[in-house]
Parts: sequence; C-alpha cells; structure tokens
Amino acid sequence: MDLRLPSKVLEHILSFVDSNEDRNSVSLVCKSWFETERRTRKRVIVRNCYAVTPEAVARRFPEMRSLTLKGKPHFADYNLVPDGWGGYAWPWIEAMAAKCPSLEELRLKRMVVTDECLEKIAASFKDFKVLVLTSCEGFSTDGLAAIAVACSNLRELELRECIVEDLGGDWLSYFPETLTSLVSLDFSCLDSEVKLSDLERLVSRSPNLKSLKLNRAVSLDALGSLLRLAPQLVELGTGSFSDKLDQEAVSKLSQAFSEMKELKSLSGLWDVLPEYIPLLYSVCPGLTSLNLSYATVQMPDLVELLTRCSNLQKLWVMDLIEDKGLQVVASSCKELRELRVFPSGAEGLNDTNVAMTEQGLVSVSEGCPNLESVLYFCVQFTNAAMVTIARNRPNLKCFRLCVMEPFAPDHKTQKPLDEGFKAIAERCKDLQRLSVSGLLTDKAFEYIGTHGKKLRMLSIAFAGDSDLMLHHLLSGCESLNKLEIRDCPFGDTALLENAAKLETMRSLWMSSCCVSFGACKLLSQKMPKLNVEVIDEHPLETRPDSSPVERIYIYRTLAGPRLDMPEFVWTIQKNPEIGVSHLAIK
Amino acid sequence: MITELEMGRAESELELGLGLSLGGGTAAKIVKPGGGGAWGERGRLLTAKDFPSVGSKRAADSASHAGASPPRSSQVVGWPPIGSHRMNSLVNNQATKKEDDGKKQAKDDETKDVTKKVSGKVQVGFIKVNMDGVAIGRKVDLNAHSSYENLAQTLEDMFFRTSPGTIGLTGQFTKPLRLLDGSSEFVLTYEDKEGDWMLVGDVPWRMFITSVKRLRVMKTSEANGLAARHQDPKERQRNKPV
Repeated sequence: MDLRLPSKVLEHILSFVDSNEDRNSVSLVCKSWFETERRTRKRVIVRNCYAVTPEAVARRFPEMRSLTLKGKPHFADYNLVPDGWGGYAWPWIEAMAAKCPSLEELRLKRMVVTDECLEKIAASFKDFKVLVLTSCEGFSTDGLAAIAVACSNLRELELRECIVEDLGGDWLSYFPETLTSLVSLDFSCLDSEVKLSDLERLVSRSPNLKSLKLNRAVSLDALGSLLRLAPQLVELGTGSFSDKLDQEAVSKLSQAFSEMKELKSLSGLWDVLPEYIPLLYSVCPGLTSLNLSYATVQMPDLVELLTRCSNLQKLWVMDLIEDKGLQVVASSCKELRELRVFPSGAEGLNDTNVAMTEQGLVSVSEGCPNLESVLYFCVQFTNAAMVTIARNRPNLKCFRLCVMEPFAPDHKTQKPLDEGFKAIAERCKDLQRLSVSGLLTDKAFEYIGTHGKKLRMLSIAFAGDSDLMLHHLLSGCESLNKLEIRDCPFGDTALLENAAKLETMRSLWMSSCCVSFGACKLLSQKMPKLNVEVIDEHPLETRPDSSPVERIYIYRTLAGPRLDMPEFVWTIQKNPEIGVSHLAIK
Repeated sequence: MITELEMGRAESELELGLGLSLGGGTAAKIVKPGGGGAWGERGRLLTAKDFPSVGSKRAADSASHAGASPPRSSQVVGWPPIGSHRMNSLVNNQATKKEDDGKKQAKDDETKDVTKKVSGKVQVGFIKVNMDGVAIGRKVDLNAHSSYENLAQTLEDMFFRTSPGTIGLTGQFTKPLRLLDGSSEFVLTYEDKEGDWMLVGDVPWRMFITSVKRLRVMKTSEANGLAARHQDPKERQRNKPV
C-alpha cells in the first residue's frame, strides 16, 4: 500500500506554507518532499551571496519569483571593508536571466550593482516588478533610467542609503506615460533635482502609489502639489523642509497634510524649520513610524510633535531630543516598539549633546511596555541604568548600545560596564541582537556566553582583555549566527579551539584584533567548508606566521573559494604552496 | 591590564619583521583615517590611551597620554559606527551652522569636499574605470599616480593581469596592452567635467587629473570619433554600450 502523499496534494498544502524556515524544514523530510518543495518555492533568500553559487540556487528553485541577496559584511557600513572586496550582483543577475526569466523581484543589500546589472535586469525579466537596493553602490542614474524605461509593470523602486553616481535628475523622466502600476518609489538618497512636472505626472497616473520617498532636492513648495496628487499615501518621505513659503502656500500645505488620512509613516524632513512643525500635527495621531533622524529639530519642538503621536511604534530621532524629550516619549508613545537615537554631532565626542544621558533610555524603558528594539548612541552610560532597563524590559529582542567614547567606564562608579550587560543578557531571555561598548573585561563576555542563549548577532568594539572573551562567546552562545569584532585583543587560541563552531554560524568578522597569519592558515586547513579570507591592504612582503592580519572574514560556504577576490584578499587556496606543515595540526 | 597587554605586544613586536612599529610606548600616535581600519601603523592595537577622556577618570592605569596631543575618536575609521549617508548629513549640518547666507555657495562646495572625505567611499582622487566588455567596473586613485604611463600600467594590471588563483577580470587576455600608443585593440578615454569624452594623453597630466571625471577602456574601433579633441556634447551617449 502506497502511503505517500500524492505530490499534487503536497503541493497544495505547501502553497499555504509561506515561511522559508518552515519550507526549509519541509525540504529535509524526504526526497520527494524536497523535490515538491523546491519546485514550488517562489521566494528565495540568500543571506550571504558567497555561501552558494547563483547557478545552484537557480537550478534548485526554477519557479523563483523573488530573490533576496546580501553581500558585504555588516561592518562595510562603517568603511571597514576596503573597496573592491566583492559582493558583485552581476553573476547572480546573469544566472537568473538565463535560468529564471520569470523573476519579478530583486532585493539586494550591500552589493556592488553596476549600470550593466541594471540594464541586464531591464532587458531580461519581462515581468519585473520590484527592485529594492539597500546600501548598494556601483551604479549611476543611467542605470535607473534603464529600469524606468523598460520595466512596464514596475511596482517598487527603492534606493535605500545607496551610493549612486548622480549624473542628473533625467532618469525619472524615463518612466513611460503607460506606466501606471507604481506602488512604491524611494529616491531619497540621490542628490540631483528631478523634473517636478515629470514627477507630478508620474504620481498622478499611479493610483496605487502607497509609498513615496523624495530626495532632499524636492522643495517644500513641490511637496504641496505632490501631496495633493497623492493623498492616499501610507508612507511619505519629504524633501527639504526649509524653503520660505508665503502664508497662502503654508495653508495649502497644511490642508494637503490634513487630507492624508492613510499616512502611517513619515520621514525625510531635512532642515525642517521649527515654524513648519505644526504642519505635521494633523498626521501625528495616525503615525506608527516616524523618522526624525535627519531633522535637526530641537527638544521643545520635538516634544510638541511627539505628544501628539500616541500610536507611534517606531521612532528614529537624534540626541537633540535630550532626556526631557525621551520622558515625553515615555508618557505619550505607549505603543512604542523600536527606538533609535543617533548622535547629532559629526565630531563624535566634542559636540555631542550632553543633555542626553542614560536617563533618557531608562525613562523609555519604564514607560513603554512594548519596547523591544533599541539603538542608542550616548557619550557615556552606567551599570545601574542597564540593570534598571533590563528589569523594566525583559522583553527586549535587540539592544544596541553605542557608548561613543571607547573604553568609557561607568561614569558614576568608574567600574567596567560588565554588570550592566550581564543584567541585559540575563534578564532579556529573548535577546537576539546585542551590541556592546564602553569599558568591558572578559567577565562581561563570560556573562553573555552563559546567558545569551538566543543571541544571534553580536557586535563588539574596543573590549575585553584576552582570548577568554572570544572563547566564552563561541562556546556559550548556542544560537550565535553572526559575530563581528573590531579592535579587541585576542585571536588565535580561542579561534582555533572553537573552529567547529564557525560552521554553525553564518559569518565571523574580526578586524584590528590579534589574529596571526599562521592561525588563519591553520584554520583554513582544518575547516575546508569555511572560506577564511584574510583582508590585508598592507601586507608584508614576506609574511611570517606570527604576523597579525588586518582583518579576517570567515563564513561557511557550499561554493568553495570565490573567484572574484581582489589582490588584497588572501585565502589558502590562492597560495597553496605556503603550507602549514611546520605547524602542529590538532 | 591594558598596560600589561601593551608590554606583551611590545615584546612580541620585536620578533616581527620589517615595517612594524616597535613598542606601544606612552606617546599615543594619531591614527590616520581612511582605507585600512585602525591600523594606522602596522601592528599596534588601539588602547584606552589613544582616546581622550572627556571629564571622566580612567579605571585603568593612570599613566597618561601626557605630553602627546590626544587623538580624537572621530579619527578612527568607522567610529562611531554611523553609516556614511548619516555622516555626510551630519557634516553638512555642521557646515550650515557655521556660515551666513552670503557665503552659502562657497560653503556648499566646501562641504561637498568634506563630505567626500568623510564618506570614505566617494574619495577625492578615486575615479571609476570601466572597460568595454567587462561588467565589473573598478576604481583607481589618481592621486597615487604621477604620469600617464603610471596610470596605464595600473589599468593594465587591473584588467588584464592574471596571477595564480585569480582570474583577471576579463578572464582571457594576457598580452600587455599598451593603452597609450594606439597599437593595441583598446584605447583609454575619459569623460571630463563638461561631460565630453576624449582620448587620454592629449593634455598635460596635471591638467588631466583636475578635469577627469571617469575613465573608459574603449575598443579602438569605437573610438574613432574621438580623434578630435573636442566632441559634440550631443553625441554623448546616454547608455554605455554593452
């Protein structure tokens, strides 16, 4: 008797299984389930573009409609990864063009995307709908024009914090008159001015437009006419908010804002003048997301705005908000889930707002019961504050504290911040992401290793005393997936002793630590399923095994060593003649 | 603890080869930004002594950075960890605060330069180089070159050299190029600030580097229209040929 589920039935069941985590489990049950699952998966996510080859992915998921890729390691955001390291989108786009021409959606993060890539997308995927590029670079506005002109069913075009070679604003004018399907457009990271009349026409022929994020060059006056054309927007990123408008223009703008009944998310607001803040009052009660991190608004005006935002779930703001402002958030924004506070001074320490201290975060932790994600830049902190925060908010999932002065101790007791982070790790049992800073000894990491069982991503800078620190983390944190470390005094022993752990993680980044070249070679030899990349822009001519490496990036991979490495990236496969025979192999 | 670590490192540094700095010492050296992380001098780990204390005492050894001008933490690459877009915005805000309206234009240009330095990615001196038939563009630092020959050599190395374990970007060509003398299959061209495409080599080097915006290694057959020094702007192509 054949007890197997007919594949048609299984297919039907699987059509209800959306989560890739579940689908991954399904594919492990048996061969026929693997086959059915892979033939029906539409949305594929590859979180390290070098973990697998594009061809393998295309072969396995022929019905792919949506592909998400991530390239460079996270620390590339802070210029710690030299230019030319890799993360090229081209091989993926080429492979998909050949094998999955029905691809509709592409989401890329931290990858090098060239104009040729964009042209290839435009030419290859007939039903292309969604392009979201986050922290990508390598392309110019010419490439955008290619997408605009060719993708007749385009729904989403979003450029988030990309580095784009801006050759002018003409690209927007390439959207044909026949394109009416636009749902989301984000060009906030571009510099050049687009032609307002073309933008207006695009907006007015896009009845489904829900999200519009303008760049700084779009004036306040222009904003008014755009809002009148799209009162249905759910997400709005304004342009510059600082032109001097006459009374009539101001009241028209105010009217336009009050017509926006669906608005949930507001961002942009560059250079916003205090006298224009009241224009936003009418949309405040409906907002769930507010990004003021580019708005140099002072505390009193911020307070006026935030008292009206009772439904806010996500708030990004600069430290101009001060402790006082955060107290207002604590009492007004009871639905708050995510808080990010960024520094307002480019010089870091010397002109950072000192009226914002650890107290601000403590207030929010007291007042906002749903707070689960925090990113907080602050000059200094105390253990007591962290203990209080942990006690108030054991439901924290993400805690990223950046004490901007490296090695800063508890500013009241002068002790290391070990106890504070211990409280966080111990009490917040669901903590998945943690960034530590300030003066920390090995003890802090012993605590984190002991308690941080659900921790998936950990970022460390200028901390610890010895190899023990790394050892505690690698041996203790069972769920550890991504670990990134800079300027910490350890390396070899902990790394080699915990080599097996590295295969259970996505990646490990260490820069300006004490990892020796010999250890890298040994690790490479021991762990063939890892790519161990030594990234050294100034290598010595003869590299003794004891010499420290500048950076090391280790990740598990099925694809073997990559073929697109620049000169300054070394792997053992590149120079196999430099053997490790004279070193003891465990 | 930090002191012991420094001493330990100083000892091991004595064994290492040429080019390493010896001794952590007490004189904190300024770490230069850009490119290579915090390794301003090879082999030295930044410690608490590299960072000025702002009104707070040190838990560690109080043996100080007296005598050396303390470097600012803002000179450490990638610290504080703020993305480049945000950094640029902060810098622009600084500049705007410090000026009056009359001087705004001059300041805008200045902030653009500052912006370029801060972002680290749009670097003064680095320009894009594309080659016909090669999808992946590269960047080259003009400031690191002193002549056309120099530049041509770098480009040849970049696009054509094959070394063990690395496939040259084109994957095929291994002959040296001679981009400048018209004898090869390719010529070197550049786009100037006015948007015109011209053959490289006609103007003095110093003039060239101030006016070049980007480079292109073009097939000689396609470059015929550039023989004249000046190209009609209307002929400038919108999209690069594939």
